[in-house]
Amino acid sequence: MSRLFPYIARYPKPMVFGMLALVLTKAASVLTPQVLRMTIDDLTVAVSMQKLAFYASAIVALAVFGGFFRFWMRRLLIGVSRRVEYDLRGDYFEHLQTLSSSFYQRWRTGDLMSRAANDISAVRMVVGPGIMYTAETLIVTVGALGFMFAISWKLTLIALAVLPLISYVVKKFGSAIHKRFMAIQEKMSDISALTQENLSGTRVVKAYVQEDNQRDLFADENEDYYARIMRLVKLSGAFHPLLASLIGIGTALVLWWGGAMVVNGEITLGELVAFFAYLNMLSWPMIALGWVVNIYQRGAASMKRIAVVLDEEPALQDGPERFEAPVSGRIEFRDVSFSYTGNGNGARVLRDIDLVIEPGQTVAFVGRTGSGKSTLTRLVARLYDVTDGAILVDGHDVRRLSLKALRSVVGFVPQESFLFSESVGDNIAFGRAEATDNQIAEAAALAGLDGDIADFPESYATMVGERGITLSGGQRQRATIARALLVDPPILILDDVLSAVDTETEERILFQLSSVMKSRTTLLVSHRISTVKGADQICVLDEGQIVERGTHDHLIKQEGLYASLYEKQLLEEELDRI
Amino acid sequence: MLHEEQTLGKVYDGRLMRRLLAYLAPYKMRVVISFVLVLAASALKLVGPILTKIVIDDYIAVGNLSGLSTIAAIYILALVLQFVVSYFQIYIMNMAGQRVLADMRGEIFSHLQKLQSSFFDRNPVGRLVTRVTTDVDALNELFTSGVVTIFGDIFMLLGIMGVLVYLDWKLALVTFAVLPALFVVTMIFKRRIRVVYRKVRTRVAMLNAFIQENIVGMQVVQLFGQEERKFGQYSELNRQHTEANIESILHYSIFYPVVEVLSAVAIGLIVWYGGGQLLLGTLTLGGFVAFIQYSEKFFRPISDLSEKFNILQGAMASSERIFTLLDTEVEIKTPAHIIAPGRDDGSIRFDNVSFAYEGEDWVLKDVDLTVRPGETVAVVGHTGAGKSTLTGLLMRLYDVQKGQVVVGGVDVRDWDLKKLRRQFGMVLQDVHLFSGTIASNIRLGDQTISNEAIAEAARIVNLDKWVATLPRGLDEKVAERGASMSAGQKQLVSFARALVHDPKILILDEATSNVDTHTEILVREALERLLENRTSIVIAHRLSTIQRADRIVVLHKGRVREVGTHQELLAERGIYYRLYQLQYKDQEIETPV
Repeated sequence: MSRLFPYIARYPKPMVFGMLALVLTKAASVLTPQVLRMTIDDLTVAVSMQKLAFYASAIVALAVFGGFFRFWMRRLLIGVSRRVEYDLRGDYFEHLQTLSSSFYQRWRTGDLMSRAANDISAVRMVVGPGIMYTAETLIVTVGALGFMFAISWKLTLIALAVLPLISYVVKKFGSAIHKRFMAIQEKMSDISALTQENLSGTRVVKAYVQEDNQRDLFADENEDYYARIMRLVKLSGAFHPLLASLIGIGTALVLWWGGAMVVNGEITLGELVAFFAYLNMLSWPMIALGWVVNIYQRGAASMKRIAVVLDEEPALQDGPERFEAPVSGRIEFRDVSFSYTGNGNGARVLRDIDLVIEPGQTVAFVGRTGSGKSTLTRLVARLYDVTDGAILVDGHDVRRLSLKALRSVVGFVPQESFLFSESVGDNIAFGRAEATDNQIAEAAALAGLDGDIADFPESYATMVGERGITLSGGQRQRATIARALLVDPPILILDDVLSAVDTETEERILFQLSSVMKSRTTLLVSHRISTVKGADQICVLDEGQIVERGTHDHLIKQEGLYASLYEKQLLEEELDRI
Repeated sequence: MLHEEQTLGKVYDGRLMRRLLAYLAPYKMRVVISFVLVLAASALKLVGPILTKIVIDDYIAVGNLSGLSTIAAIYILALVLQFVVSYFQIYIMNMAGQRVLADMRGEIFSHLQKLQSSFFDRNPVGRLVTRVTTDVDALNELFTSGVVTIFGDIFMLLGIMGVLVYLDWKLALVTFAVLPALFVVTMIFKRRIRVVYRKVRTRVAMLNAFIQENIVGMQVVQLFGQEERKFGQYSELNRQHTEANIESILHYSIFYPVVEVLSAVAIGLIVWYGGGQLLLGTLTLGGFVAFIQYSEKFFRPISDLSEKFNILQGAMASSERIFTLLDTEVEIKTPAHIIAPGRDDGSIRFDNVSFAYEGEDWVLKDVDLTVRPGETVAVVGHTGAGKSTLTGLLMRLYDVQKGQVVVGGVDVRDWDLKKLRRQFGMVLQDVHLFSGTIASNIRLGDQTISNEAIAEAARIVNLDKWVATLPRGLDEKVAERGASMSAGQKQLVSFARALVHDPKILILDEATSNVDTHTEILVREALERLLENRTSIVIAHRLSTIQRADRIVVLHKGRVREVGTHQELLAERGIYYRLYQLQYKDQEIETPV
């Protein structure tokens, strides 16, 4: 919870003035019964209409005065909570942006989302309504009790006689209700798990005609849930009525005792009526107390959940070095080993990779699924840090380089072709917002996407995603290629980016790209031999090691893994044609 | 996904509301009783000020103390009664409301059981689960307190008005003078806040969608160094969201003080006019105090109104989603009239079958295939050849677009669906285990299967040795989705499952996952026994299985291209020959045949 103070401390003025407004508005409401007291006391004797009119306008004036400050109280205090929410949301998102791929591998999107949506809201409830109601309760309690004691301390003690009973009820019920509530939550997660299991096994359920049986199982859980809820209702249903009645009993006692005191002349009738009004004011804080406590508990838990993310250290530290222009695009792997767990204990995805890629070369990586070829290229863009060894770009260890500088020279097209819910044009211009329409069209043409875009309803302005059209897998892949080409990076990495287009289209695109590839260092990952045939150097990976390297012809002659992969590829192509 | 979850519901939709309230019909009595009790509770809440009036006028004013304790006793009695009545009201209403929610959950779950596989292809499981859980939960307050308390509040307001008129009708009318103003203020507030609320919801949805998209695409943002630009866009959305909220604060911070001032005006009127009446002697002092106390009670339910609004809106959005699901038509079901029941001889025929999951994207095209009773047919083909689809059509998980699938001499569409599916036993690549024990996963709810039969099946499929090592044997609990079991063990459990159900036709999608040699031998033996004496269709990945089959059917690009035995097809040097080299040949070297 202490994490929250700096956020609130940023708004000292609205906080202080909001509190001031709160004090003034509550002062007005605490004073109102005093006017009533005077009115009634005057009425018991004799009073002029003028005096009555004065009292009436005093009541209205107090309300206007209180209302004015009530307006400012809400506006300032709740306003602060919204600003804190804004800041917190900003910090949360900004921090997410600094976290690297290994973080996003460990965390589920849904989890991060629920922290951004639900937990930040819960924290806001503490800053806004939480603080406001606490202060209100405090001031009303002090003010009302003060006036009550001033009227008669005896009567006050009588009125509060039920207080121990009330706090006993609150405490007793509170913990029991909490226990029963947890039992309900547990059952709900059972129901949720059962449904999840049933729906993900729908084929087995249907094949073995288990529908009725599953329905019975569900019905049992459902009934149990109902029974547990009713057990809770048995308690919670009594809670508020009981509180209301207990508070009422205080009033009844005051009516009895206070009535006698008026007759005996110890207090005036006006004081008795004012006393009732104060007692009535006190009933609200008592009921609100449980609610406020709940807000604090939830908020504290949520703040903890947010802090876990905010405390997450970025796995990649930014380096100080920059390139001396122009960047040639030479890449060197020095004895590189890598495991995703980051330490030496995890399974090594790459082992002892030594490789030099000269400026302007095209190097291809092939191998079975899981051989480590994609991982290798990810290390060049420094999505992860190597576990052992080093990777050098233009002679700089990538860990010593500024991330921004490194990534501006590496155009990385990942396997998963992710596009944003923006227009096609904006997606292509993603890395270079100032690009002209011509440049965008040129990149699209190079990636072989221009023909498709011409067919889209609004050409380059067509929206992608839920609010627009759904692109095919191949179209998405080509859009991501165009996006990388537009940046015109000295190093281009294509990680199996043409898997979703047919072989013919692939060859056509590769032909178009050949001029682009000639002028820069290119790393090409593919599971298709046809893609990599023309590379200057082909590296065959198996279980994290480079087992063969050379040109296509050279490797075919070796009759090793590459040759057998090639043979299978030919067979598949044959099958495709049949 | 986010977009759908956050669609903006109407605040009130009569059609939805009627449909929701219809769920209360079976519990009419409970609702009626609860309704009567809520009226009683509201009436009891009116007792306090009246008693105050009596105390002031009949006791204090005349200096009589003797009966005061009786009044206090009556008051306490009323409070106890109020407690009892409120408690039963809440309990009984929950007996109706919670029942309705349970009924709805049951109905949604049952409906999901009936829906066809194509529905599940389109709808992610996670989203469907929230229909049963979160969405039903959102109706909780509507059913358990909302409906009845609104009437309770209205009744109390009417009750207060009645008492005031009874006490002094002239003063009552003067007090009511603020009501039109209150009404107008509330209406304006309601309309304004609805617009703002809508704005807030839209912006929350946009903000969340943006975060979601950027978390998923964070790698791309970082690779292109676009963090700052994206943060700028985010801040703009964040700012709009905050602004909309601050706008809603403005409305609330005007509404509450205005209601308060109006309530003060009412009290002021009572003081001024009522005081005058009192001076004239038409109103007693007690009546005057009671008037003031009643008018205070009057304004609270009105300021609570805005809260009830949010509940209602949430309920409307959820019920809309629930009803959309319930209204999804069951497309695959038993026909109304069974013309002639199918034979259970295990014969199968595909007659010129074409099938597409969507539109004209044919996954199977003009498939003709006859499987004789007792025959074992191996289906082979490249990825995406349509093998799994073929078996799905047999069990009528999907309906064909053209041609017909005939089982036991009758089109599957003319079978009683349950009887049809009982003809089959299915073993899938991914073995799905339910929470329960190993035995319950073999039995699958068929109580006619004895424990002995299960033990016997476990023995036949070579599961017995492993089971013997478990402390509780077959009654050992299966950890979440069989996390503690190896792929081979799960496979064997699913074999045993198929075996005890003794199907006429076995459908087997062989697992491709690698198991160690020992397990491989166990699985192969078990498979041998499983295939005995029944019609079997095997999507084969093991060379041994293929070689054992009576016939091999080669599926290629959705068509049956070659049929024959292993040797015949190899000799043809066609598709099978190439598939063999691509997929099966290596197994000859790796494992002994």
